[in-house]
Amino acid sequence: MGRYVIRRLLQMVPVFIGTTFLIFVMVYALGDPVAAMFGDRAPDPATAAQIRHDLYLDHPLPLQYLHYMGQIFTGNFGKAATGQPVTELMGTAFPVTLRLTIVAFAIEAIAGIGLGLLAGLRRGRFADSGVLAFTLLVVAIPTFVTGYLLQYFVGVKWGLANPAVADGAPFSDLILPGVVLAGVSLAYVARLTRTSVAENSRADYLRTAVAKGLPRRRVVTVHLLRNSLIPVVTFLGTDIGGLMAGAVVTERIFNIHGVGYQLYQGILRQNPPTVVGFVTILVLIFLAANLLVDLLYAVLDPRIRYA
Amino acid sequence: MRGAKSAKWVVGAAVVALAATACGGGGSDTKAGGSNDGVVRAWWGDPQNPLEPANTNEVQGGKVMDMIFMDLKEYDPTTGKANLAAAQSITTNDQQNFTITLKPGLKFSDGTPVTSSSFVDAWNYGALVTNKQLNSYFFADIDGYDAVHPEAANAAPTAKTMSGLKVVNDTTFTVKLKQKFSTWPDRLGYKAFAPLPKSFFTDHAGYLNKPVGDGPYEVVSYTKGSSMKLVPNPYYTGASKPKNKGVLLKVYTDSATAYADLQAGNLDVLDDIPAEDLTHVKSDMSGRYLNQPAGIIQTISFPLNQKSWNAPGMDKVRLGLSMAIDRKTITQKIFQGTRTPATDLTSPVLGASGGYDPTMAGDATTYNPTKARQLIQQGGGIPGGHMTIGYNADSGSHKQWVDAVCNSINQVLGNNKACVGAPTGTFADFRNQITKGQMTQPFRSGWQMDYPLIDDFLTPLYATSGSSNDSHYSNPQFDKLINEANAAPNPAQATSLYQQAEKLLFKDMPVIPLWYQNGEAAWSSRVSNVTENAFSYPVYTDITVNNS
Repeated sequence: MGRYVIRRLLQMVPVFIGTTFLIFVMVYALGDPVAAMFGDRAPDPATAAQIRHDLYLDHPLPLQYLHYMGQIFTGNFGKAATGQPVTELMGTAFPVTLRLTIVAFAIEAIAGIGLGLLAGLRRGRFADSGVLAFTLLVVAIPTFVTGYLLQYFVGVKWGLANPAVADGAPFSDLILPGVVLAGVSLAYVARLTRTSVAENSRADYLRTAVAKGLPRRRVVTVHLLRNSLIPVVTFLGTDIGGLMAGAVVTERIFNIHGVGYQLYQGILRQNPPTVVGFVTILVLIFLAANLLVDLLYAVLDPRIRYA
Repeated sequence: MRGAKSAKWVVGAAVVALAATACGGGGSDTKAGGSNDGVVRAWWGDPQNPLEPANTNEVQGGKVMDMIFMDLKEYDPTTGKANLAAAQSITTNDQQNFTITLKPGLKFSDGTPVTSSSFVDAWNYGALVTNKQLNSYFFADIDGYDAVHPEAANAAPTAKTMSGLKVVNDTTFTVKLKQKFSTWPDRLGYKAFAPLPKSFFTDHAGYLNKPVGDGPYEVVSYTKGSSMKLVPNPYYTGASKPKNKGVLLKVYTDSATAYADLQAGNLDVLDDIPAEDLTHVKSDMSGRYLNQPAGIIQTISFPLNQKSWNAPGMDKVRLGLSMAIDRKTITQKIFQGTRTPATDLTSPVLGASGGYDPTMAGDATTYNPTKARQLIQQGGGIPGGHMTIGYNADSGSHKQWVDAVCNSINQVLGNNKACVGAPTGTFADFRNQITKGQMTQPFRSGWQMDYPLIDDFLTPLYATSGSSNDSHYSNPQFDKLINEANAAPNPAQATSLYQQAEKLLFKDMPVIPLWYQNGEAAWSSRVSNVTENAFSYPVYTDITVNNS
């Protein structure tokens, strides 16, 4: 397994270089970030030239990329528009997004697998159709609609929770945005689990387990669920990457100063170091999450081996 | 047992991640600005630049500058008039050499004295090109500016300080301008002219983390990107002493979220009402809402560097287009009354004495379909029979009003394809095309005043070498009147000359005046006395907290 992990890690290098270069080119293609700093006023050429020189913008694009990558390896991610180092922004944004991810992930995994198992065990009955109708509804409504509706009713009208997340993003404030964020994925998890459970409950090994006289609890949790979770784990694993990338919409609606918000600000203010820096880290997270998912297969199904 | 072994690893990784987040956030759960501490909780947007006076050119950073600095002059929040503040007197005999005397005993919030070198050093810092201050052109009228800030890109400065600034003693300094400029002292209320304490120069990074000024408030804590807490400055002796125990500025990701927080009682003052809530803000807030003109005018600029739009007779077409726009309906329907149709090229906040004249435009901005059609036909019609109005699609609700303006023009001309909107993806790209003179068709433009003087609405925008002359307008007569106005012996005469220059703009029509943008604010029942000044900042010092 060690060799397998090393091979996967080596494969990450070209992926990493390719994605960062693409992002870098795309961000710079957006236009001159210096012009926007001056607002509605024409930039003063001398000041603009000084700023360009400072940001290394007076060099050709490939050189800029090399310069940027060189700096990254020394831990210097450049500065945001406000003069704040991007590493400092990451230091505040990633923990906040990670907290939101944990809340959303817990809701999605527990409720999704629970509902899926319920529906799968009672195929064709009322519970099954109920879960189907519910998941259809959740998938059909866009996040910003559920976000604003829940914010207005739960936060403003009934006053059950704060409509905006306070400084430092305490877990109690993150439950509402967590529900909104988990919504769509929760539906997918429930559907996936249901199908998988329904299929496996007719499998030979399950019949054997029942015939052996094992208690139903053990049959369901150890034999049925564990084997049914493989497709679900794939989905959940890639979803962690998606959640960590920051939910731009949810974070804006609920005042969460996380990764999605910083990326949005970086794009709005045309600040390449912010955008490229955050995306670089996100690429790493995606790659790591994918590796983790592949390793998890072996845990769930001992027949799978890596060499 | 391969499986179990990998499982341990996975669990281990999860535990590490959880532990990391537990330490990371949560700790700073400040419930500052609670129920009865007398602190006003106000909406804030993340400032776009580091918080230095000469580097702050947008509203959010400007709010803080306004709270923590007292300039030589300050603008009255209601009339916009420039009154002496840190200065005891500003005198001149020839409109070119000024002697400035400071009030004695002024102090910064860190206890260090405000002296004449606090001003001179700050201005020299702001002007020096290598300091890359966005507002450095404010010092361009001072003698010796060209040596510290050469015009050409990449030219090195030949001096570090401007020769026109001389410290006489601790409370007096003199300023020599390049040429006569009678209204120059009235500019000194702009925060780019603020004094800076010694610590700014000795510990610059530390200063940016916690700016120090001589104004009504002092910064006690600043968490970049999320909040700033200000309390009254104990050393402040000026006229606008805070009537509350402090202000907590909270950065929101979205003004719609801030609006929900305001309704839920977690926020006191919001000065950026989301467009979709405008229809019901009055009833939501039980009337705790204000909507008044601010020093911002929106226009459509013509690219006069393009032959097609600058040919003889095109002035009639430009005037006709202006008369083809139904401003009243658009401001009511699209902006819910948060814009006021423009009738000159300045702003109502200047007041009549400051140069605002609601009759200036005459019928040039009055909706008159018949006359508009006639004028456009007489002038030879729209160049090529088809025009676009450029705008940036990434901020504001520009699409809606540009479409409405085009619709209004199309209806007048009876041609559905005469005018369409032309979006550009980002503001940066849009501005870039404008400053490079690449625009071939009319485009939206806006101007937010730096100081409440008519000069600021004319010189930078329409003088031949104006710093923001986006339409590339050039009229020697206009330039001459501006120069005469600058040299006029008193502000009243200067204003009248500026107005004569403005009159020319309605003959040549380099831009179409659209509307004045209003300042808005809504507030919770916890606070009272919320007003806004001419810059559409809430007047924080006047806000009182009820029952505290």
